[in-house]
Amino acid sequence: MSDMKQMLNDIGILDFVLVELTLYLDTHPDDRNAMEYFNHYSRIRNQMSKEFSQKYYPLTKDMAEGGKEWRWGMAPLPWEGVCS
Amino acid sequence: MWNYEKRLQFPVNIKEPNAQLAQAIISQYGGPDGEMSASMRYLSQQYSMPYREVAGLLTDIGTEELAHLEMVAAIVHQLTRNLSMEEIEKYGFDKYYVDHTIGIWPQAAGGIPFNACEFQVKGDIITDLIEDMAAEQKARSTYDNILRLVKDSDVCEPIKFLRQREVVHFQRFGEALRITQDKLNAKNFYAFNPEFDRCES
Repeated sequence: MSDMKQMLNDIGILDFVLVELTLYLDTHPDDRNAMEYFNHYSRIRNQMSKEFSQKYYPLTKDMAEGGKEWRWGMAPLPWEGVCS
Repeated sequence: MWNYEKRLQFPVNIKEPNAQLAQAIISQYGGPDGEMSASMRYLSQQYSMPYREVAGLLTDIGTEELAHLEMVAAIVHQLTRNLSMEEIEKYGFDKYYVDHTIGIWPQAAGGIPFNACEFQVKGDIITDLIEDMAAEQKARSTYDNILRLVKDSDVCEPIKFLRQREVVHFQRFGEALRITQDKLNAKNFYAFNPEFDRCES
């Protein structure tokens, strides 16, 4: 696996943790431990998305800044199989 | 409003085209228990939900279903993108091909187009949550049926992921139903419809 694919894979794992915690917290809004987990992994995930965007391509529009071309529009399409 | 992220929720990287399998899997795009039906059901039900926990859950699960819709489309796209004319004819893909070439169009495996009648927004929280729980089980059964048809691990892995999410969503909707019943009159959950009746209790 290339460094780019490895990093995208790690972002996918972190994001999955956050999706699971989000749904859990929606029905357990008083669980402080789950909230702490959420905050912890959310910080790591945001940092990683920023790094990924600087090194490869922006995953979201707000990270499109930089470079000579429109980086958001030129990013690979997820359904073509770039993310594995 | 929504933000798009250029990334699939779970990787889809299929090397071998398979027109026959694509025609079965497209049912989870636009079929009766597919992801389009799921996302539209939850995102439409959310507006009149009286309890924030339930409305919030519908937003978040509905949003996740949009990511699943994209994954199913990616699977069908990758199963059909390198088909030869011979394969299109041999595996019966000609009927789909004549109308849509290899574009992705929401239909059931049997060719029936997507229709909003495949889901309901009743405007009654108990009715809607029980429909949501049933929908998750119907989608889980469909993924089980698809898994019996799949021999390629590149297809199997993302389908297994999608199947597992149905199980988790079922659990969360069950909790939403429990939260709802805790807020209602324990002697008669049906005394009034909290989405419609203005009843102090």
